Amino acid sequence: MKLLRNAYLIIFAIYLIGPIFVITAVSFNSKKFLAFPPKGFSFRWYAEIFIDNGWFNSLISSLLIAAASAILAVLIALPVAYAVWKSGLRYAKALFSLGVAPFILPPVIMALAFLLLFSSIGMNGLMINVIIAHAMFLLALPLVTISLGLESVDRALLEAAQTMGADGKTVFRTVILPIAAPFAFAGFAFCFVLSLNEYIIALMTVGFTVETLPIKIFNALRYGYTPVIASIAVLFLLINVVVFGLIAKFSNLSRILGAMD
Amino acid sequence: MSNNKSLSQYITLVPSSVMIGVFFMVPFVLIIMASVAVKTPDGDFSYGFDLTHFERFMTWFYIERALFSAAMCALISCISLLIAFPFTYMLTQFKERTKTLWLIYILAQLSLSEVLIAFSWQVLFSRKAGIGNILEYTGIIEKSFAMAPSAGAVIAALVYLAVPFAILLLYPALSRMDRSLIEAARTLGTSTLGTFFRIVIPVNRSALVSSSVTIFVLTLGAIIVPQVLGKPEHWTLSVLITDQAIFNFNLPFASALAVVLLLLSGSVVAAVMKFGGEK
Repeated sequence: MKLLRNAYLIIFAIYLIGPIFVITAVSFNSKKFLAFPPKGFSFRWYAEIFIDNGWFNSLISSLLIAAASAILAVLIALPVAYAVWKSGLRYAKALFSLGVAPFILPPVIMALAFLLLFSSIGMNGLMINVIIAHAMFLLALPLVTISLGLESVDRALLEAAQTMGADGKTVFRTVILPIAAPFAFAGFAFCFVLSLNEYIIALMTVGFTVETLPIKIFNALRYGYTPVIASIAVLFLLINVVVFGLIAKFSNLSRILGAMD
Repeated sequence: MSNNKSLSQYITLVPSSVMIGVFFMVPFVLIIMASVAVKTPDGDFSYGFDLTHFERFMTWFYIERALFSAAMCALISCISLLIAFPFTYMLTQFKERTKTLWLIYILAQLSLSEVLIAFSWQVLFSRKAGIGNILEYTGIIEKSFAMAPSAGAVIAALVYLAVPFAILLLYPALSRMDRSLIEAARTLGTSTLGTFFRIVIPVNRSALVSSSVTIFVLTLGAIIVPQVLGKPEHWTLSVLITDQAIFNFNLPFASALAVVLLLLSGSVVAAVMKFGGEK
């Protein structure tokens, strides 16, 4: 039985990590074509991301868009999540549900919706379009994480602070903020990572003017392979691991993933 | 005083309301309006009421595409849950540290762009740098061959895309599961496998049902994998929508297809929840 269990675990791990392993190996190739097992060893395809203007510009625009849309999403989510938690306002709850909806729909639908919106008001291909679109699409993430953070604030602490004479602002700053902030950060980080990796919404909002990395990779795929894509895959996976590692360190990953009440 | 207070509560919600209203409600209505818009001779369209785009969908070509998409995504949803369920069950029993490390990795892979997943599997299925080479190297097959484009390649890559989601969807239910049930079954002499099939799976039935629906909708939204690893006959509705919107500039027809996709996923979710939720 133990044998069966371990065999399954090993096969599963190989299945999950194997493809990533092959891509990592390919990214260290020293030749221009893809080969596995790799021929030679070099970091040139990693250097290429930073040396080649095309790839580097795409990396910078992707990072900018991801950071800006994640901040915007947190800013939109904060008052809504706070109002739901503080007063249970029915209007705030309705806003909350509406804010979660775009994330559940197939992304191509939201992409098309944004394309229609921006083209009908004559805002074509501006970088702000994709920032807003990503913020709306990923709004569900900060909404959910911030709510989880606020729910973990012990109401007894609030009462204690008020009894001791703290006014609303002081309570918010000294009690609520320190407990909820790591969860808001988690919401920011989730948005950042998913925006960085998002393709179709970026394509339909700014595809013809700004080449984000996923768009550039897809365009490159049509003209054949280049090991730069493999090195970007490894780089992105590393960014993802670091970001989620930070979330795990500074807030409660199990709680965010719904493992505890 | 209390009136003032509730007014100030509403005021803090104004910016968020404007954003959600303008950038979610309006675009959503625009899709529905565009799906019945009238095409003008210059290739553009004006809002009106015209059902020709839906009529165009009602041809066998597009209906077949919709059925194919639904069937393939249902299959992928089943396979990925079969693969993910036993692992998730074991994951909840790991030590805290191991569990966290696995969760970080799974989240990292889950967030990896579909473009990169498609690329990885394109490499894996290629003649020169993939599974074929490993098989040739070990002597299982004589000569490496390209395994993509094919339906199998599309399904394999989409399952790979869906498995991390399946794990995270099942994870809450499996971690909260009442362990005393398993102990009771074990004490009464049920084997480990027996406990798994007769206790663990039935207890988590509703989590399995809701996860299967979520994965179905998720894979229905895949755009790049079918294009990169499949032939045009493996394209799903989402790919056709992109194709119509970006390359044929036919926004009304793309919107009509989007409405169909919305109805298709909505009705599957409703049906499965209704029948799967019983009992």
